[in-house]
Formats: sequence, C-alpha cells, structure tokens
Amino acid sequence: MRDARPVIPVIVWPGSNDDRDAQLALERLGAEAPRVWHTDEALPRETAAVVLPGGFSYGDYLRCGAIARFSPVLRAVEAFAAEGGLVLGICNGFQILTEAGLLPGVLRPNASLSFVCRDVQLNVGQTNTAFTSRCVDGQELTVPVKHGDGCWFADDELLAELDANGQLVLRYAAGANPNGAIADVAGVINAAGNVFGLMPHPEHAVDPLLGSADGALILGSLVDAARLSLAAAV
Amino acid sequence: MRATVLVRPKPGILDPQGQAVESSLRHLGFEVSDARVGRLVDVDVATDDKTEALAQLERMCEQLLTNPLIESYEIELEHA
Repeated sequence: MRDARPVIPVIVWPGSNDDRDAQLALERLGAEAPRVWHTDEALPRETAAVVLPGGFSYGDYLRCGAIARFSPVLRAVEAFAAEGGLVLGICNGFQILTEAGLLPGVLRPNASLSFVCRDVQLNVGQTNTAFTSRCVDGQELTVPVKHGDGCWFADDELLAELDANGQLVLRYAAGANPNGAIADVAGVINAAGNVFGLMPHPEHAVDPLLGSADGALILGSLVDAARLSLAAAV
Repeated sequence: MRATVLVRPKPGILDPQGQAVESSLRHLGFEVSDARVGRLVDVDVATDDKTEALAQLERMCEQLLTNPLIESYEIELEHA
C-alpha cells in the first residue's frame, strides 16, 4: 500500500493553462494525475484527491471563477468534497472554490491593478493539514505567483473567525504581499480541513532548476494524504 | 422585457479601479472624489410580467451576476 500511486485528477477548463505542470508535478511526487475535462459529470472512480489548476477558465469573464463554478465537473467536485474528499485549488482553482462557496472569502483584482509574476516568500501558519504536513512550523517557502486577481478579501468578522480556527494556513511574508490581500493571506483552508486554496503556484516550484522546490512540500503533503485516504478505504 | 442590472462595489470595499479613475480625472483638472467603478448588464428577460421579471433578475444577481460578499446590485426595468 505504501507504494500505491493515489489517483489525483487535475480538472481542465477551456482557458486552464497550468494543468500540465500540475499533472507533471503530481506524477513526479508519486501520484497518477489524469486530466479530467470540465464537461465530465463524474470523477474517476479511484479518485483520492482533486486539483483545480491555474489559468483563466472560460476567459475569466464576469469575475474569475464565476462561470467555471457552474461547470458539470464541479458538481462532482462538490459532492466529493462534501464527503470529505481532498480538494486543492491553485490560483484560478482557488478563485473557483471561493465562487462556489467551498472556501471562504473572495479574490479581487490586485490592489495595484497590475498583473504580478514573481517569486514570493510565504509563511506556513499551520502544518497539521493535509496540504502542509511536509512543512515545519513557521517555515518560509519560496513559491511563484502569477495573477491579476489575487487580492483575497474577507470582512473583519469572517477574518477573525478564520484566524481563530487556524484556517489562514499560508500568508505572504512581511513585505512580500504581491496583491494587497487582507492580513497577507495567500492560502485558506475550509473548516473541515479537506478543501484548500492558494494563489501561489506550488506546481511551478518542484525542482531546484525552477528556482525553488518548496512547492513540492505542498503537493507532496497532498500526495501523502491522498495515499493515506487510499489505504484507509481498503 | 428589457432590464438593466447595475453592480457596484459595496460601501467600504476598497475599489482600486475607482481610485485609478479618480486619480486620472484629477489629473485632467476635474475636482472629484470617491469615484467607484461597477458593472452594467443589459439583458432581455423572456416575460412581460414585471413581478416575474424582477424575481428572475434577483435570482440571476444572487447566483451569477454579483458576488454578495463584495458587490451590491440594482435592477431597472424598461417601461414597456
């Protein structure tokens, strides 16, 4: 069982553009990562976790993620998440999860109104999650961002609640906030702990040749958790 | 029935687009403040019943046209 390759599908929308990087990263980290088209109404039967990749689903018209949330495959993702299935949304995937109400808050245009594309430093606030278990408390990660709409927002009441619950899992390091996100939030987990979204791109940082391999800690944590869920299901 | 939906950033929500527009207007010499930029959707609703049209438009706003966390909306119906 230890060597089993968990199946972690990567969803593809028209306009997704990080799906192949996510697939490659997950496969290098020991998963099977079939790409699943947005019109599919079901996930592969052996699915142990799902990744919603970055890109510009349906052209990001209206609001980022606002239209993708109504795609057939998202019904399947919602049902999977409702049963405790692990779901990771990266960048546009994070935007889709907030629009779908699977994650709290909303992603708005960057405060600078400029697209940002650079490495940023992140602080890991929680390591007891399925998405950060390979990190150590307080660890600083270097992972790239590339987005125009990454300014995460929640009102004061919601923010305080999420903070108290330990749901603000990733934050930009001091001075590294690239988009004006409130409280420097870069990644948020749901209350149940099985759905996580982040603006930075771990799939672009899985090899020192890419400038950093820190993203592998996040995706590797997910592969570990998916493998555990697989073992538990047997 | 023709309808117009106005979508606005809620009061208190930072609106960088509005700030940029306001700053440009000032550069042009206009004395302005508190510019806010929203969105406008014109749409034909397939009913002549005003109440029904309004009910449908509200559902459209709640499901798709706005994100209620940050945006408010106003519906205008064209007089038939």
